[in-house]
Amino acid sequence: MFMRPTAALAALFLISAAPLAQAADKPTDPQIAHIAYTAGSIDIEAAKLAIKKSKNKEIVAFAKDMERDHEAVNKQALDLVKKLKVTPEDNDTSKALAKAAKEERGKLAKLKGADFDKAYIENEVAYHKQVNGALETLLIPSASNAELKSLLETGLKIFQGHQQHAEHVAGMLK
Amino acid sequence: MRPLLLALAMALIASPALAATIEVTIDKLVFSPASVQAKVGDTIEWTNKDVFAHTATVKGGWEVMIPAKSKGKVTLKAAGAVDYFCRFHPNMKGYIEVVP
Repeated sequence: MFMRPTAALAALFLISAAPLAQAADKPTDPQIAHIAYTAGSIDIEAAKLAIKKSKNKEIVAFAKDMERDHEAVNKQALDLVKKLKVTPEDNDTSKALAKAAKEERGKLAKLKGADFDKAYIENEVAYHKQVNGALETLLIPSASNAELKSLLETGLKIFQGHQQHAEHVAGMLK
Repeated sequence: MRPLLLALAMALIASPALAATIEVTIDKLVFSPASVQAKVGDTIEWTNKDVFAHTATVKGGWEVMIPAKSKGKVTLKAAGAVDYFCRFHPNMKGYIEVVP
């Protein structure tokens, strides 16, 4: 009973870590913009689910922080692509991210109470870690436009902050 | 009149120096300057240029909310050195040395 969600999470982490690792080819700026926007949207969706489902004050507060920050980042991203006249381009990495996120949401939706809270916050830690890795090793080095690169760098700082915040909340649940 | 004026002058001399406001800017998740020195009674005012809300939080102590594109301030009441951080983004760190 207690082992199952943990095992599922561990399996999910392995699966969800794969999409970004596969993106060996250097993405273009329109693709990078799409990946970054998709990554933000995924966390907003997860936050909305947590706000709806959780009764834990800390979890709900954290989810609201995620929703607010990622909406602000995504708004900046949209403003920038408009200014640069770049059309975000869907790609395999975005598709893989969206697919993994949909599966994760499906799993979270079935959980309740403390099981949900634990699974949500642990996934937040793992997800931000994964996105930060992708930003550092792939997206930032690949970005050619200076403004896009700068936005991604701010995004990395925000997401690193979120990872630490999530780790703190996860520690409080124990 | 004279003794009264003298008393007033002495009161002015005896009163502590005017409290100052020390400005700290937040831009792209960085407190700048990250380290400031202040006196008890001084005010620290943070100007947040980011589109994200931040806090200046002292663990086990005070917390100031600094909304996006806005300001937040605190008047320092006790001497001592404090580390502060943003509760939403704990990788943002600052330091205030408060002298009596």
